[in-house]
Amino acid sequence: MLNSSLKQLSTLLATKKISSVELTGEFLKRVKALNPDYNAFITVDEKMSLAQAQTADAMIASGQAQPLTGIPIAQKDIFCTKGWLTTCGSKMLSNFVSPYDAGVIERFNAAGAVNIGKTNMDEFAMGSSNETSFYGPVKNPWDITAVPGGSSGGSACAVAARMAPAATGTDTGGSIRQPAALCGISGIKPTYGLVSRYGMIAFASSLDQGGPMAKSAEDLALMLNVMAGFDTRDSTSLQRAPEDYARDLAGPLQGLRIGLPKEYFVAGMSADVARAVEAAIAEYRKLGAETVEVSLPNTKLSIPVYYVLAPAEASSNLSRFDGVRYGYRAPEYTDLNDMYQKSRAQGFGAEVKRRILIGTYVLSHGYYDAYYIQAQKLRRLIAQDFAAAFAQCDIIMGPTTPTVAFALGEKSSNPVQMYLSDTYTIATNLAGLPGMSIPAGFGDNNRPVGLHIIGNYFAEAQMLNVAHQYQQVTDWHIRMPDKLIA
Amino acid sequence: MSLSLDDIKRVANLACIEVSETEAATALIQLSGIFGLIEQMQAVDTSAIEPMSHAQDVVQRLRDDTVTESDQRELFQSIAPKTEVGLYLVPKVIE
Repeated sequence: MLNSSLKQLSTLLATKKISSVELTGEFLKRVKALNPDYNAFITVDEKMSLAQAQTADAMIASGQAQPLTGIPIAQKDIFCTKGWLTTCGSKMLSNFVSPYDAGVIERFNAAGAVNIGKTNMDEFAMGSSNETSFYGPVKNPWDITAVPGGSSGGSACAVAARMAPAATGTDTGGSIRQPAALCGISGIKPTYGLVSRYGMIAFASSLDQGGPMAKSAEDLALMLNVMAGFDTRDSTSLQRAPEDYARDLAGPLQGLRIGLPKEYFVAGMSADVARAVEAAIAEYRKLGAETVEVSLPNTKLSIPVYYVLAPAEASSNLSRFDGVRYGYRAPEYTDLNDMYQKSRAQGFGAEVKRRILIGTYVLSHGYYDAYYIQAQKLRRLIAQDFAAAFAQCDIIMGPTTPTVAFALGEKSSNPVQMYLSDTYTIATNLAGLPGMSIPAGFGDNNRPVGLHIIGNYFAEAQMLNVAHQYQQVTDWHIRMPDKLIA
Repeated sequence: MSLSLDDIKRVANLACIEVSETEAATALIQLSGIFGLIEQMQAVDTSAIEPMSHAQDVVQRLRDDTVTESDQRELFQSIAPKTEVGLYLVPKVIE
């Protein structure tokens, strides 16, 4: 059952081979056994999960089941969840029991899915290793000495260790795709605007996008069917007709034009990652796809641009945490300003403070044009690069990350080194394009390698088709660490 | 461009984050490294390019000017650090 697809679990539930209460109980048991070692969950609440499972069983019994009804889903702790502690990985929100549900959570509730717990993450989604979490680092299921990636590291670990059949994540610069790659699972960041940001705690609003993380592309499609959709409460939510993201899974890849950006295949990528990615592309050629070289000349500017725009937006978004209406308040202070200063100094961790300082600086008087506006102009150049590339190809492929999972502690004291690990993923957020990562074998120390698939705007169904066809002829996506096979 | 310790303290004050001397000194080293990365942006001539804030060509949606939320003050204040008779309490501002 641990390796079952969402569709298989749904069939088991529909045919009464198992109830949602039993299924949820099985996964809760596994979380209880494994989580002390992996730290993938911040909050587990058996009572609330089982109550949802009972509701789901009633839905199934009365013939109202939908594809995800009764299936346990792990929720990243960035999504406000009514009655659940919602911490965003921060001391600042360590006492925040959300009084409302995020748009995404509402959609899972309406679909009858069961919340199996809230997953660990880098504080306020700022990090690439899950080491900035106030709740301690998550471990990589493939190697407990390696990072799981971040910021959705807990979600990636939960799926990879089969503590949950699927999970949610959010991706501002790679936070779904990079941990998916490092933990050997699949994940997709949709086109900006498809998934509601209402109740998804904001980091960098023009880049943040929620998306699913699961074992396979087929599972991602079912998850995205629930997650995507217009929400009036998110001013950047796109008003589009609903889609079935699973509709094209079975299509053949004959004649598919895969663009390989020459800038992705030069310096920076380690040899083991290059080998796995090239083997995956060879597999695609066997499936009938052709490859063309494309160019994304402004790739190297992505990281500098991102580290202006994201901190600038973060410094503004995080100004709401003032210790007045909710969240952490310092125990001692002299006056109002001192209360703000101490609450924020004590409530935020080092990486969050660093980014708030960068953001405040680049937005401050006299620097706005030189940094923020310049970055927004370069952002357009980066988006134009992709538009030109998509005139020559249907889909773009490359590595998700330059290396396999690095060791815990290896980069935590060097922010610049840490930032460079997102070098391939950031550009798609800047351009607002959809991107995904699927498992494509193993590199050094038997750690997973991710294949990065970038599509044009709203090409999610096509990307899922491209990934699904590869997963029909390979088995990387159903591999799991030997020690975790029950 | 080079940052100074005073820049760090000024920005921390703007951001309402208390920093000790040691923290400011560490932040100076780390932010200088990050700005070293950011400075690569300045090498590109962007005089003819429009800034981009959103990938899609969308305009801000407007809604009817009607009440959509109900009063949930008690629920929202139940998670506040300090309240009294329906008010959020902060230290005295006016002497």
